Amino acid sequence: MIAFLVQRLFQAVLVMLAVALIAFALFNYVGDPINSMVGQDTSVTERERLRQDLGLNDSFVVQFARFVGRAARGEFGLSYQQARPVGQIILEKVPATIELSFLAATLALVIGVPMGIYTGLHRRSWLSELLLAFSLIGVSLPTFLIGILLILVFSVGLGWLPSFGRGSVVQFGWWSSGLLTFEGWRAIIMPAVTLSLFQMTLIMRLVRAEMIEVLRTDYIKFARARGLTNRAVNFGHALKNTLVPVITIAGLQLGSIIAFAIITETVFQWPGMGLMFIQAVTFVDIPVMAAYLVLVGFFFVVINLVVDLLYHVVDPRLRVDRDRIGVG
Amino acid sequence: MWSTRGSGSTATGSALAEPRSAQAAARSASKLRRIFDGDLWWSFRCSPVTVAAALVALGIIVGALLAPWIAPHDPFNPASLSLLDASNPPAWLHGGSWTFPLGTDNQGRDILSAILYGSRLSLLVGFSAVLLALLLGVALGLLAGWRGGMTDAIIMRIADVELSFPAILIALLIDGVARGVLPRDAQSEIASSVLIAAIALSFWVQYARAVRASTLVERNKEYVQAARVIGVRPVTIVLGHLLPNVLGPVLVIATVNLALAILTEATLSFLGVGLPPTQPSLGTLIRNGNDYLFSGDWWISLFPGLVLAALILSVNLLGDWLRDAFNPKLR
Amino acid sequence: MSEPLLRVENLRVELPSRRGTLTAIDDVSFTIAPGEVLGVVGESGAGKSLTGAAIIGLLEPPLRVAGGRISLAGRRIDNLPNEAIRRIRGREIAAIFQDPLASLNPLYTVGRQLVETIGTHLDLSPTAARERAFSLLREVGIAGAEERFNHYPHQFSGGMRQRIVIALAIAAHPRLIIADEPTTALDVSIQAQIIGLLKRLCRDHGTAIMLITHDMGVIAETAQRVAVMYAGRIVEIGAVREVISNSRHPYTRGLMDSIPRIGGRRERLHQIEGSMPWLGEIPPGCPFNPRCPEAFDRCRHQRPDLLALAATKAACWLYDKAQAPVQGLVDG
Repeated sequence: MIAFLVQRLFQAVLVMLAVALIAFALFNYVGDPINSMVGQDTSVTERERLRQDLGLNDSFVVQFARFVGRAARGEFGLSYQQARPVGQIILEKVPATIELSFLAATLALVIGVPMGIYTGLHRRSWLSELLLAFSLIGVSLPTFLIGILLILVFSVGLGWLPSFGRGSVVQFGWWSSGLLTFEGWRAIIMPAVTLSLFQMTLIMRLVRAEMIEVLRTDYIKFARARGLTNRAVNFGHALKNTLVPVITIAGLQLGSIIAFAIITETVFQWPGMGLMFIQAVTFVDIPVMAAYLVLVGFFFVVINLVVDLLYHVVDPRLRVDRDRIGVG
Repeated sequence: MWSTRGSGSTATGSALAEPRSAQAAARSASKLRRIFDGDLWWSFRCSPVTVAAALVALGIIVGALLAPWIAPHDPFNPASLSLLDASNPPAWLHGGSWTFPLGTDNQGRDILSAILYGSRLSLLVGFSAVLLALLLGVALGLLAGWRGGMTDAIIMRIADVELSFPAILIALLIDGVARGVLPRDAQSEIASSVLIAAIALSFWVQYARAVRASTLVERNKEYVQAARVIGVRPVTIVLGHLLPNVLGPVLVIATVNLALAILTEATLSFLGVGLPPTQPSLGTLIRNGNDYLFSGDWWISLFPGLVLAALILSVNLLGDWLRDAFNPKLR
Repeated sequence: MSEPLLRVENLRVELPSRRGTLTAIDDVSFTIAPGEVLGVVGESGAGKSLTGAAIIGLLEPPLRVAGGRISLAGRRIDNLPNEAIRRIRGREIAAIFQDPLASLNPLYTVGRQLVETIGTHLDLSPTAARERAFSLLREVGIAGAEERFNHYPHQFSGGMRQRIVIALAIAAHPRLIIADEPTTALDVSIQAQIIGLLKRLCRDHGTAIMLITHDMGVIAETAQRVAVMYAGRIVEIGAVREVISNSRHPYTRGLMDSIPRIGGRRERLHQIEGSMPWLGEIPPGCPFNPRCPEAFDRCRHQRPDLLALAATKAACWLYDKAQAPVQGLVDG
């Protein structure tokens, strides 16, 4: 078990380094690091000297090491667009995205899993048909379209909810929360629903498909043949066997909410990291792009690691430190 | 277990032989094919939803293909536009006219024509991206599965890393890098190519994995080993023998992917990093119209949005049906 | 004659499909006496497993029982509501299947699955249930029961898993076990052990067994009577010795002839020409007639019922002239 943990950690570090490498390449070769530090009227000789001083003529490996070191401390240079430290910008934007993503993930799980279980158990009821149709629409409609439709109905049409911004926020140190005010909740509802819809329907379809598969297995048949109650069979056996593989995929899916936030934040002008990233891409603001990449990469690596470990804890077949025995 | 089709297994000690002459086998094989074809068509016809989806998808595709001929106006010829026609509502509302059935945008472009041309681009990018991803993924999957060893390890590592990130992020990144690297004036022209490449590069992994898994299985089968013993060149074995056998799951992935590719392109265009306003896809049209939602010109975004939704939905339904039809477990 | 434990009369199982309604099991009747082992042999697809499923009420829709009666100790069970059948399952009639690894939930310990089954049918305290689980494990021959109680299915070998499956099946001391190919997935040496275990349990507890298999050798060793199924019908049923050494129905004869024998003259392996018809293509009259070397005109038009002969019954017109057909119920 320990050996496995070490192996996964090692892999995670490798992936992080790969991401950092891409970010570094972006930073150094697509952009110009000097640009992000000096004004427009610095002379060429001064730039050259700055180059030398900053060690930009050093070998690749040395520069990369330096980049990694700085990145670990949160220093990514200055934004081209806003001419202030990238780290500071990120710190401002992070709470908005985290709150939105968290709420969306919760919605997706809390609604998606029970819907999936219901449609898996009661395959032919009219409610299942309805939910399935709804899920198909949820998977087919682009997130931004859902956002626009919601805005059309609730902001333009009914005027109930604001279509941009976070409403009123409360500040705690560097964290700003929109969840403590009524205005904040009014502002976060539509973006959260928009962001969660795709994941919600995905999770629902996933749980349903897995549940149907599980209900077809021999051990469920044997459980019925032993005379176990419907409740024991469906919720004691089938449910547990369904949720175990679903954990991995669902976990990864929920992790990707952070990335999908880019779209939602754009539609609702939500001042989070996603909007920041898009603006950086359109403006070709390399330091911001690089920083976002490293941050999100780190987040994904952590999520992957956690999900992997979780799977090992939950599935007894994987607990013993040997090869999996014919597990699908 | 309790199914009507037997498992056909014979254990040691069993005394029941099931002889089949070669003719009988051939007869039942062709009969099987006929039944299967009948089944496929039957399940298609009997599912009204699938038929409707096929019709909708077909309608949009045909409309898109014939756009240059059937579009009532040319929305991209600046000379033919007039600001007097700007912001017309759809024909059935007050202020609209049937010259512009679905209304016009802020520059006087006919929405219907824009949708026809836009669908063209959306479909073009979607299909091309899937095709490219398929080619790339199948090639790399075959390579990884056949060669094994270091080649396999490297390709799969890259695949694993890429799979940890959502496709949209990867597509965004590639697109962003391209913008930074390529000269600004060239960007509009090759935007579609960059977009296709970006989407393809974020989708190839699924194909590679599926093909690699199949290849690993097929590689150990006797017909491959026999071919090797005879001395058939590896390339011939891979392309001639392995490839047809591993294509099955790939086709299913491709149909599912098509909807996703169209969706991704639309999203990227909406975000402003996809197709530019000079050659707008449906996503770009929606982006344009987004600014006018509050001034009341809802039709500029909504109609392209509805067409986009209909397209993705119908492709998804067709993909679902195809997947169920090819799934032996559900028969 | 004492009341049989299980009585199946004119059972009919149908499968509505696109091609119309197919008959998977067609007018099958037999009985099982208390403590008796009845073998059911036939090729894959003959309907053996379906018969077992129908008896225990586990037919998967759209399969359904379309006619006939199934009675357990005189009480009719085929028309009971779901809850009533559930209580019979495991308690009166148990079933075990072919693949022991697939039959056990991989995420729960063996002990937990045992205790759960015990608790469903018997009203015991948790400690008593545990004790019973230990004794069950010991009874099926699992050494170190206390320790293995906390192990997961994948930590056992194939033969031991089947023993656990059997332990689960007998947890509430059912009167009948439907064993569907219990040894097919096991090594030959383990097969013998499992068969021995089943025989011992049968003897010790007086449990009847419906042994479904396509392995004639297992039947010869274990069963008292055997039913031969073909295309959803019973074509011959009787005492094992009689059916094996003195088969009446041409199909049974063909089966016995195709078993290779050690010693004796070396000749080509016998086989029965053709193959069993698929559900949608069962010919009129006797379903075996296209392959039967002794078929005559009547066979092609009229379907034979089971005709009583000396110690067996066979569904074949060859025997109509010798005996009058026996209507209705079928006894050993």
